[in-house]
Amino acid sequence: MPKTLSKSNPARELVFGDLWEFDPAPETADPKLKPRYDLFINGSFVPPRAGKYFATINPAHETKIADIALADASDVNSACIAAQKAFVSVWGKMPGKERGKYLYRIARLLQDHAREFAIAETLDGGKPIKESRDFDVPMAAAHFFYHAGWADKLEHLAPGRQIAPHGVVGQVIPWNFPLLMLAWKIAPALAAGNCVVLKPAESTSITALKFGEICQEAGLPNGVVNIVSGAAETGAAVIQHPLTMKVAFTGSTEVGKSLMRSLAGTDKKMTMELGGKAANIVFDDAPLDQAVEGIVNGIFFNQGHVCCAGSRLLVQESIADEVLAKLKRRIAVLRVGDPMDKNTDLGAINSREQLAKITDLVQIGVAEGAEKYDNGCKLPAKGFFFRPTIFTNVSMSHRIAREEIFGPVLSILTFRTPEEAIEKANNTPYGLSAGVWTDKGSRILKMSTLIKAGVVWANTYNKFDPTSPFGGYKESGFGREGGKQGLLDYLMVD
Amino acid sequence: MPAAKAPTSLRRLFDEIGTVDQVGIEERVATFTTRSLKKKSKVFGLRLAVSMVDLTTLEGKDTPGKVASLCQKALCPHDVGDIPPTAAVCVYPAMVKHARKHVGGTSVKIASVATAFPSGQAPLKTRLAEVRAAVKDGADEIDMVINRGAFLSGEFGRMQDEIAAVVEACGQATLKVILEVSELETYDNIRAASFLAMRVIRPGDFIKTSTGKTSSNATLGNNQVMLEAIRDHFLATGIPISMKPAGGIRTAKQALHFLIAVKETLGDEWLNNRRYRFGASALLNDLVRQLEKERTGAYQAPWNFSEATEGY
Repeated sequence: MPKTLSKSNPARELVFGDLWEFDPAPETADPKLKPRYDLFINGSFVPPRAGKYFATINPAHETKIADIALADASDVNSACIAAQKAFVSVWGKMPGKERGKYLYRIARLLQDHAREFAIAETLDGGKPIKESRDFDVPMAAAHFFYHAGWADKLEHLAPGRQIAPHGVVGQVIPWNFPLLMLAWKIAPALAAGNCVVLKPAESTSITALKFGEICQEAGLPNGVVNIVSGAAETGAAVIQHPLTMKVAFTGSTEVGKSLMRSLAGTDKKMTMELGGKAANIVFDDAPLDQAVEGIVNGIFFNQGHVCCAGSRLLVQESIADEVLAKLKRRIAVLRVGDPMDKNTDLGAINSREQLAKITDLVQIGVAEGAEKYDNGCKLPAKGFFFRPTIFTNVSMSHRIAREEIFGPVLSILTFRTPEEAIEKANNTPYGLSAGVWTDKGSRILKMSTLIKAGVVWANTYNKFDPTSPFGGYKESGFGREGGKQGLLDYLMVD
Repeated sequence: MPAAKAPTSLRRLFDEIGTVDQVGIEERVATFTTRSLKKKSKVFGLRLAVSMVDLTTLEGKDTPGKVASLCQKALCPHDVGDIPPTAAVCVYPAMVKHARKHVGGTSVKIASVATAFPSGQAPLKTRLAEVRAAVKDGADEIDMVINRGAFLSGEFGRMQDEIAAVVEACGQATLKVILEVSELETYDNIRAASFLAMRVIRPGDFIKTSTGKTSSNATLGNNQVMLEAIRDHFLATGIPISMKPAGGIRTAKQALHFLIAVKETLGDEWLNNRRYRFGASALLNDLVRQLEKERTGAYQAPWNFSEATEGY
């Protein structure tokens, strides 16, 4: 088929033009935002002691959405004290069955407010509304439902052993999935009986602070959840505070390392979910159209702002040309633009800094001799946007094949044998995720054993579920989130 | 491409044309249903769909009178609103000459099922004679069924030879090859049968999902498998094959989802009724109803839309 014949007819192409252009289909519901967000401490919204606020902007229009409170060390201190008090007086001794009820209530409230949260998430973070609507918010609710079920069954996690909550846990989350990362962190912590001080990312605080309103509506006892917004110093204060017995961080490897350094010598429990440079490996017997779909989903989902993104495509040499042609045809119909439009596939890059970082690395890729291709689509005049981009002629030593770009940029490498694929897949400091595409079941099992990655997807990519543990090897971090394993990280086991 | 005479291994065919992952393709088609069409783009899609309908009646109780009513509906789907005629009417061979009286010489084509539709279980000679008779009576298009038994028993050569014989019997008439996907069951088989058929038909001939006479008919999933087969065949050979999903598409919304699949898989050159058709009957009035809603801003009562054949 095409494999051999298409080479002899290179000029033949399909036309993806504007014969049937889609009209704008904007989501218009009210996200119910406040002009100013205070800190959520001890069950109520309180202004920061120093009275400082910073603006959060809509990355699609570069307009200000709201003022966000900037918490300093003293605010973090009161949050930690409130959490400790709630742990000692209420939450730590509440029967699991009762804690579960609160978690179920939060899950249902998230579903009730789903549309509002989806719109707020898209406004603040730039991700397409179809993703926040169909993925982020439903998945956040699913995490609360799942962990609610565990709250009164914790003894089954470690049969025959004593388990107990840590007390206060400090959590710092990134900007790529603001509400979902909050759910990944808070749901297991609360189910296990801990109280929480959480710092959302600087550029995406709104849904976390809106979550404070959900906690109020659910009647969650004061101090069980505290949200302190701010910048890196705020996060460091949360992590280093003497009352936080366990800390959980999701973010870049660089920041993760510095936080770990600052905790040296303490006996705090840590889990780190850091960067990735995943290999998505396509063998010549794979169902190619579905593999291409998985490649697209792997790298362009959420504009590539995904730590487990399949940013290195390893494709078997014999089918490399065909896969590349299919991939180009597929990205020709990706729609980049207003994140609030229901037909948008790729929204805005989260911030000006991130856009600059992506642009830099892409330029470095070109300078190092890799061949760049993008879909050439029109970008909005204002806002932070980047075209879906693929690099061919990439070698393992190129920076675009080694560093996490965290944007819609795919590096394509080839391999000849399964051994070479494994070697290349593992030739990275990271080890968070990988994908394997083949029709052969035994090869899937072999590859998944030999690839050093926390998650290996077979004939699919970027699939998540609350029941499935997620986490990395090597510089991608340690500890797991989700499933039994993730929950155990929020408990002391004797 | 010459047809192989000996039974061919399906496995070897898959090595050549590739396989389909069921979970993956169903995820892909689910994304077509989340596209949101507003205003002008919606009207464009609805009008396009009307112009692609093969308005169909295939019942034992069909009469010349019912076919006349069908033809009138095809020529003028609604009395107001400037709605285009459908692409064709689709009837049994015995009804072709009656349809000819009403739509002969208009833009509406006469399609006739033939080859012992829907089972195809008649001697080849009989099936070919039926095709010739329908063409002689004035059919512009012939909808044939493949020999599923031959396909499933691995006799690909025989299956292809029979299609080639029908191509010859068609003469000038366009051929639509019905794979009857529900009897092939797997997406892999649908892809394989699509390739086998495409290799012996002419540019502009169709592959078609179903007869509409079995339990499951056209779905976004099997439509997508066939669109991707058409795309791969076109890119490999330059021969554009047309596509017709049939059966089970009853609402305007469904039809738009199918068209979005075409737009995103085969592109603009397939967004016309020479390259894409809907085999349907109830669909037409829902398309008209939605167009009237877009035109007037309100849904009209069902009795404002003339019945083609449903209900008779």
